[in-house]
Amino acid sequence: MKTEVSFLGHVLKNPIIPASGCYGFGYEFSEIYDINCLGSISLKGTTLLPRYGNPLPRIAECPAGLINAIGLQNPGVEKVISEEIPKLSKVYSDKVIANVGGHSTEEYVKTCSAFNDVDKVFAIELNISCPNVKGGGMAFGTDEKVAHDLVKEVKKVCTKPIIVKLSPNVTDIVKMAKAVESAGADAISLVNTFVGMRLDLRTGKPIISVKTGGYSGEGIYPIALRMVYQVSQAVSIPVIGMGGVTCAEDVLEMMQAGATCVMVGAKNLVEPFVCKQIIDDLPKVMKKYNIENLTDIIGRAHKF
Amino acid sequence: MKQEILTVISNIQLNSSTFEMKLSGVTEDMRPGQFVEVALKEKYLRRPISVADYENGVLTLLYKVVGSGTEIMSNIAPGEKLDVLTGLGNLFSIEKTEKPVLVGGGIGVAPLIGLSRAFYKKGIKPTVILGFRNKDEIFYLDEFEKVANVIVATDDGSFGIKGNAITALSSIEKPEFYYACGPMVMLKALSNYSLDGELSLEARMGCGFGACMGCSIKTTDGYKRVCKEGPVFMAKEIIYEN
Ligand SMILES: Cc1cc2nc3c(=O)[nH]c(=O)nc-3n(C[C@H](O)[C@H](O)[C@H](O)COP(=O)(O)OP(=O)(O)OC[C@H]3O[C@@H](n4cnc5c(N)ncnc54)[C@H](O)[C@@H]3O)c2cc1C
Ligand SMILES: Cc1cc2nc3c(=O)[nH]c(=O)nc-3n(C[C@H](O)[C@H](O)[C@H](O)COP(=O)(O)O)c2cc1C
Ligand code: FES
Repeated sequence: MKTEVSFLGHVLKNPIIPASGCYGFGYEFSEIYDINCLGSISLKGTTLLPRYGNPLPRIAECPAGLINAIGLQNPGVEKVISEEIPKLSKVYSDKVIANVGGHSTEEYVKTCSAFNDVDKVFAIELNISCPNVKGGGMAFGTDEKVAHDLVKEVKKVCTKPIIVKLSPNVTDIVKMAKAVESAGADAISLVNTFVGMRLDLRTGKPIISVKTGGYSGEGIYPIALRMVYQVSQAVSIPVIGMGGVTCAEDVLEMMQAGATCVMVGAKNLVEPFVCKQIIDDLPKVMKKYNIENLTDIIGRAHKF
Repeated sequence: MKQEILTVISNIQLNSSTFEMKLSGVTEDMRPGQFVEVALKEKYLRRPISVADYENGVLTLLYKVVGSGTEIMSNIAPGEKLDVLTGLGNLFSIEKTEKPVLVGGGIGVAPLIGLSRAFYKKGIKPTVILGFRNKDEIFYLDEFEKVANVIVATDDGSFGIKGNAITALSSIEKPEFYYACGPMVMLKALSNYSLDGELSLEARMGCGFGACMGCSIKTTDGYKRVCKEGPVFMAKEIIYEN
């Protein structure tokens, strides 16, 4: 049985990748299991300068998921490269994906190119879809032209393959996908969180300090699956699928919808062993559905 | 941190809204200051609850029913299993003083019982100040009195000193070092009174083990996660916002 997938010229031992922001810089999880089982890891969203992010509360519970408004808290790209990645390298031997956020084209370009000489990183995930950063983040991901131009600028200076992470908070996600593909994106990942909110029943006050945040978790799975299905048919670059994935069956379904790799986000926060569990279960579930080679099922929903 | 399946030994109502739950099967060593994250059926997020006490594999939790999750907890019967992340967060530093004063407000007294017992085992009888809204809210007084010199304050004066924990604190010699847990207003007032102490903080949490940055606060030593570098912080390092 084969669980390997090739992605951007890189062979991953399986398609399971913890999603950005839900796995820190990896090493927290290495305290509880050997994270070398993972196909790769998408690191916490990184910006040019250190960021504290939004005031608390940043988390609100929902049925089948949570709303977060972290606001890209991170120590800044310099420290990520000099401290976080070396720490991760001690506990994880494969290459990882750096996730980059920003407020301006210039910031994105500088942050991305800072990773040019970092061998541990095999690709950059360009987060143009963070709903939690004022005047930036998602603004880049909801306008085709803005997204296109940003990707183009980043591609000029960045030597690593660029994965563009799309926001689901748009009218037509296929148009966005095509716009970034035509700008030279090497791959697409989707989806980021859906803008949502919760109120305190007693007072009517929003739970999240900045009022709204991004909703993710099991509740978004069918919508994410549909978007992966649509986007992967419309573009010829590989697609990473995510949104509410919790088990090996979800992974197979995402791959059938057209995903080459699958990211697991929020579930890591409440079931810290979920990625390991999925990887352990994969062969069993593949057998159940008579799948010999995972690569064979990528996009097989498209023919229907 | 460990993920453990624990067995509920007892789940007793102490007053109108406060419960004591005892769980067996813990293998992770835990100390006063730390907390656990309890998974509940039908709830997406785990609930962070302080280690009230931990001895010989038995974990004691003291919790107040404030919403639907703690309501579910209150209906759990002995014998049921709970999925719990154990051994989270840091510890109170009990080597700081020979004359400890512990200050708890409301359900914030929970982690102070284990801390009182830890001092008592070292041969030190701590002074414990317990602040409650009124007489009916008091719980665990007997347990504290076994190992500590206890002063109770109630807002309405229905038991002990009339006033809050700070009022009670002013009735004794200024502590060389204190340990506190309770509502934010109490912790702030305490910090204004003295910065020589440790405070246990709360925050809404996504994970409870350092992965999501959902709980970060600003300190004089940079950003720290309540769940990982905390929940216990030096009073002097906390930067209060608004
Ligand atoms: C480190 C730590 C230790 C704690 N120790 C105790 C304890 O020993 N005993 C006890 O009774 N309570 C304790 N709390 C508070 C307890 O976590 C909340 O009362 C509980 O989560 C409320 O859940 P609910 O579903 O009943 O309320 P809801 O309001 O329905 O909960 C909705 C969401 O908000 C979160 N939430 C609500 N209030 C709080 C709060 N005050 N702090 C953190 N998250 C909150 C819940 O976890 C849940 O995700 C502690 C909190 C922290 C952070
Ligand atoms: C707490 C939290 C923090 C996140 N931070 C980031 C981030 O820094 N960069 C990013 O691209 N996506 C971030 N995301 C989005 C996730 O990577 C993922 O796209 C989304 O949560 C959907 O997947 P899920 O349903 O499996 O969680 C974050 C999500 C959560 C829950
Ligand atoms: S709650 Fe996730 S980092 Fe603290």
